[in-house]
Amino acid sequence: MPYRLLKYALSRSYSEPRMFRSHDKPKSEYDVVIIGGGGHGLAAAYYLAKEHHVTNVAVLEKGYIGSGGTGRNTAIIRSNYLTEEGVRFYQESVDLFQGLSQELDFNIFYTQRGHFTLAHSPASLRIQRWRAEVNRNMGVESEVVGPSFIQKQVPELDLTCGGHQAPICGALYHPPGAIARHDAVAWGYARGADKRGVEIHQQTAVTDIEVRDGAVIGVHTNHGFIKTRKVLSTVAGWTPSVTRMVSLRTPLVIHPLQAFVTEPLKPWLNHIIVSASLHVYVSQSTRGELVTGASLDPYELISMRSTLEFAETLSGHLLDLFPGISSVNVLRQWAGLCDMTPDFSPIMGTTPVTGFFLDAGWGTWGFKATPISGKTMAETVVKGCNHPLIEPFKLDRFRDFRLVGEKGAASVGH
Amino acid sequence: MKILTCPINGPRPIQEFHFGGSFRPLPDLDDMTDDQWADYVFNRNGEPGVKTEWWYHTASGVWFLADRNNETDEVVRTYLYQPESTDV
Repeated sequence: MPYRLLKYALSRSYSEPRMFRSHDKPKSEYDVVIIGGGGHGLAAAYYLAKEHHVTNVAVLEKGYIGSGGTGRNTAIIRSNYLTEEGVRFYQESVDLFQGLSQELDFNIFYTQRGHFTLAHSPASLRIQRWRAEVNRNMGVESEVVGPSFIQKQVPELDLTCGGHQAPICGALYHPPGAIARHDAVAWGYARGADKRGVEIHQQTAVTDIEVRDGAVIGVHTNHGFIKTRKVLSTVAGWTPSVTRMVSLRTPLVIHPLQAFVTEPLKPWLNHIIVSASLHVYVSQSTRGELVTGASLDPYELISMRSTLEFAETLSGHLLDLFPGISSVNVLRQWAGLCDMTPDFSPIMGTTPVTGFFLDAGWGTWGFKATPISGKTMAETVVKGCNHPLIEPFKLDRFRDFRLVGEKGAASVGH
Repeated sequence: MKILTCPINGPRPIQEFHFGGSFRPLPDLDDMTDDQWADYVFNRNGEPGVKTEWWYHTASGVWFLADRNNETDEVVRTYLYQPESTDV
């Protein structure tokens, strides 16, 4: 590696192959314009090109690809949700993730670790039992386990929480729980889409969407007007600013969610550990860093600032679970934006505006849905009607009082 | 540490407060359609800008309003609710 680095330093040209082409300016017309070059937008572009042979597609990204929630989550993949709609959807996503390195011919570092959701009270255990029964009924590996099983699997875990918190009395165990390298997911989809003719335009912001007679006719950008009859918005935390352009109202409110990583350590933590009561989730990345996150910040804010309060609280709770890591240093801290819905489920599919498709409401559960949301949204955009898997997540549910009620999401304390 | 000014207790650390969501005047219930009611119940304005919000000082039990920019986190003013004091 150092020799290669030296060669690279002395080389006049960029010696590594680029993931995708760069283009001077967007064309004047596309069949589909995707706003937002995160995992979801790039995955949708990939499946549009690969499965539906729609290649006259532009992905417009106001910053650089993967710079939003895609690169800011804690990269956990699981399907042990509570509602049938949720389990069915996320299980398809896990299935796609398992074959994604082969599909994209790009190593996304997918590693199956096993996922524990710790319960600190009988009430919490009751919810975990409920989730386990729904999961098993739908063929998802998931079971409630007792303290001795947890201790055997994770010997470093202090089940008494040092006496500072209610002790751990059981857990929901989900063996297929996995982690992956989130940047690689964005790059892999970007490369695959680019190879098939999709154009990715970074530093290209959509400033307005032109609607005539209830149908989309184009988008205004900082590089001029682009004609298109189909627009897919995949901008998560920035969705309210995009839906305003087409005068759509949604329940979305934006909260930051913060996370940090520690310095790399030798591998010692195999599993993904979550405590909903302590608002902690932690796993050890392939590089050896402990990746850990908390629940949402307590009030609405459209800003990716970090706070000391968060680092202190999360560290405290982390030490309640793993007292042995008290001398480990924190390397980086950051925040991402979560577009929250009242039923902890996404908003996907067609909208009252013809040609405007929404992929939003990804709150704290967006990364794990990347492949399936790309796949289902691509089909929805092509056919103009919702894919059956995402039908329960349509925007109309808030008009019809048909909420999904997902309590298996990461931000729900129980 | 972030400080919020309670109209009764003065400047206090933000941890003493609970966020109560946007201030939204209750519409006239006798004169609205089901769709308008659903819109009031579920839909929110999640865009960046200065919003009027409910806040609660937990230690003393005071509910009050704050005009706050939800992008810069800058609090313009805090005040007690009075029917004529809010023009939203």
